[in-house]
Amino acid sequence: MLDNLQLLFVWAPVINIQIILEGIFVGAVFALSAYGLALVWGVMNIKNLAQGDFVIMGGYMALALTSANVHLALTMAIVIVTMFIYGWVVYVVMIRRIIDQDMFVSLLATFGLSLLMQQVMNLIFGPEVQTIDMELPVYEAFDGMVTIPSSKIISLIMAAIIAVTVILFMKKSRTGQAIRATAQDARAARVLGIDTDRVYAFTFAFNAALCGAAGVLVSIIWVIQPFYGITYSVRTFAIVTAAGLGNLPGVISAGFGIGLFEKYTGMIMGTAYEVAAPVSILLLVLIWRQISMRRNRQVVK
Amino acid sequence: MSDPIIEVKNVSKSYGGVKANVDITMKVERGSITGIIGPNGCGKTTLFNSIVGYHPIDTGSISFDGDEISKLRVGDIARLGMLRTFQQTRIYNKMDCVDNMQISVSHRPDSKVSVFASRKGEIRERAEHLLEFVGLYSKRNLISGDLSFGQQKLLELAMALMNEPKALLLDEPTAGINPTLINGLIDRLRRANEELGITLCVIEHNMRVIMNLASHIYCLSNGQMLAEGKPSELQNDQRVIDAYLGGH
Amino acid sequence: MIKSNNLITYGALGVLGIFGPILFPDYTLSIAYLWMMVLMASTWDTLGGQMGYNSLGNITFFGVGMYVSAIVQISIFYEGGMGEYTSAMGSIKPEFTDNEYFLGLYLGIICAGLVALILSIIFSSFMFGLRGPYFAIGSLGLAIAAAEITITVDYVGGASGISMPLFPGDIEFRSTFFYILCFLFAVAAHFLLRWLYSTQFGLAINAIRDDEDKAEAMGIPTLIYKRIGWGIAAFFMGCIGAVAGNMAGFIDKEVAYPIPTFGIFMVAMVLLGGKGTLWGPVLGAILFHVVKETTWTYLLNLQWIALGLILIINIVYFQQGIMGWLQDKFPERFGIVVDPSGTQADAKSEGDAK
Repeated sequence: MLDNLQLLFVWAPVINIQIILEGIFVGAVFALSAYGLALVWGVMNIKNLAQGDFVIMGGYMALALTSANVHLALTMAIVIVTMFIYGWVVYVVMIRRIIDQDMFVSLLATFGLSLLMQQVMNLIFGPEVQTIDMELPVYEAFDGMVTIPSSKIISLIMAAIIAVTVILFMKKSRTGQAIRATAQDARAARVLGIDTDRVYAFTFAFNAALCGAAGVLVSIIWVIQPFYGITYSVRTFAIVTAAGLGNLPGVISAGFGIGLFEKYTGMIMGTAYEVAAPVSILLLVLIWRQISMRRNRQVVK
Repeated sequence: MSDPIIEVKNVSKSYGGVKANVDITMKVERGSITGIIGPNGCGKTTLFNSIVGYHPIDTGSISFDGDEISKLRVGDIARLGMLRTFQQTRIYNKMDCVDNMQISVSHRPDSKVSVFASRKGEIRERAEHLLEFVGLYSKRNLISGDLSFGQQKLLELAMALMNEPKALLLDEPTAGINPTLINGLIDRLRRANEELGITLCVIEHNMRVIMNLASHIYCLSNGQMLAEGKPSELQNDQRVIDAYLGGH
Repeated sequence: MIKSNNLITYGALGVLGIFGPILFPDYTLSIAYLWMMVLMASTWDTLGGQMGYNSLGNITFFGVGMYVSAIVQISIFYEGGMGEYTSAMGSIKPEFTDNEYFLGLYLGIICAGLVALILSIIFSSFMFGLRGPYFAIGSLGLAIAAAEITITVDYVGGASGISMPLFPGDIEFRSTFFYILCFLFAVAAHFLLRWLYSTQFGLAINAIRDDEDKAEAMGIPTLIYKRIGWGIAAFFMGCIGAVAGNMAGFIDKEVAYPIPTFGIFMVAMVLLGGKGTLWGPVLGAILFHVVKETTWTYLLNLQWIALGLILIINIVYFQQGIMGWLQDKFPERFGIVVDPSGTQADAKSEGDAK
């Protein structure tokens, strides 16, 4: 560990750039799925513990499509649409019935969904770790100390495009406004003629699509595995807890923050700590939240 | 001889821009029934919340029975002997009435009730006795969540009495109660004060009730202390009349 | 529940417990695991159903207990110590005398319970400021963190695991012995909880569940009750974890921290049987275990899918569980009094404003 630290800060500080870039690439994806989680949470008060598995599912779909030689952009479109439909179905079959229930119910129900999805994916795709090899050029800088695969740059650009689209959609479109109205006061929205059930369905499906898109990016820039979903869910919860529900810039910076933290931890302490990193961040964030709420004599609800 | 059990000095509290309480000073004399009145939104419940420790105050000091309590939390203050009832009436709605009462027993350090005490026995007897005092004896085995709103309010009062507090802050105790039963409630409050020696501080909107019940009344308006005095004094105070009738 | 019902139930379970392994010796270990499930479900419900703090991480104590017991059992009588044993990665096979084995085992179990208890008290200081979903996810995080940290520590075998000392005796004796341990722990936990729920403690934790802020406002020292509740669960989970480790014979991260399986089973069982009741967890555990054992072999790879489905269906469509459903249908049999005149009818007559 000490060697790695020395490598980073004494012998070859250039490597920091590599790690920072990796952190940003990955953080962008985290931020996307965290935004989706916050959306579903804020609008419907559903804590979706299957969030990570939606991401992985998107990743596997991308894997299947690209190995059938479908172009990346088309893959992304197909995944988004399919995941949207999947999300809608899940809403109708399951989520709709637990909307007004006690908080633990949504958590446990989505956990059940998570288990289900993990096992199905394991059955279909097997437990090996997989990734999509885009076979695109890799850029080098600083005498080869920093390598930037162009696939990761493409991923970052796509993430940015998706993010901007989502933000514009929520601000300008009628559906987006309906969603925000329902989030603020569902009863008032109903009185004003908004079909809150459709809004909920749409929001959940939208989240699924967003996760699917994030999953496509993950399969390009990292690896996927049927049981990695829970780690993603832990990450997104940590981000949302740290940033708060309505805070978009907070979610984005927290996403990048986690990405950086994980990459640095992986570099300094070794890959054995890869799962421990997001979990420790979650615990740290929860502790920090408690401390800050305590000053106001509140608890973290 | 002034013997205040609760002293509020220059207390201010703001919530994100809204100045809910501005420089409030008041006293609640030991053994008295003190009233707090004022138009909606003038900061009465916020003041209660500040006193019982529900949130920290921005400035000022609050003392209870001689001890400074402004830095203490709700549980600590309750264990010092000051309780409050809620405007929206809070009880343990999945437990039956007797159980609600039994768990409301005092948890102060000097209490003789241990964590592992049996649920039968004298605690239960006291609970049933107090339920009878408020008129809920016949409902004692029902699940409290199934009671009507008025009955729940009575239960909440009984639970507070079970705790043997030194002081009890009541937030609109007659709101939502059938007018024909208000007299009974006032009577019970007076008896709790006189027989059990509990100091009461009551937020009220019902003028008839508070003028009859309290010996000293404070009137808030717009977050500030507007006037104080005996009921007869306030009834004729033009400022109080104006505050209620409209001019802010 | 009514006295006569109680006797019948205890009688039936007693018969199962005592005669089960005698009549069906092949199923001894299976019934042993049944009692383990009953214990896990019952202790989970103390915090989850009775107090309203749904923990997804009670399995942490199970795993910690398992490892603590291993450390104690090996370090006590093997001169080289734990470190040497684990770095040998199974090539060292210590010879313990019978007395040494059993002494080590008992000591190991007690230490496991105590360490788990202490751990829960430490956790309490930074976990109980969280409510609802935050507590659930936080506790899940604890479990995952414990699992991940364990595999990095070579002293406890790291990723390779630890071989537990060999049981001195034949297979039948071994099965019976561990069976008895599981049964005794389950019985002890049940009666302890039964007594606890009959005291003020039971009322206090229910009050915390129904309205924690009100409980605080009434002076109930909620943190103390939370600590005791979680402490009891931790202690028993630690002890049974130690037993489970010895039953398995070999422990590693998967055996000690089976989060997506046993960690969730205990919640599913309680939901199935009925949260917040004394018998709900027991009923749920028995039902769950029986169904699982009989269908597992037929379902093969689909077992986990079936579990996920059961969980979802239970939560979405049958939340109150069996006991809850029974209590709704037959309230009087459970001591719940329903107002014969109908409380809504006299709502207008007493206490309410028009």
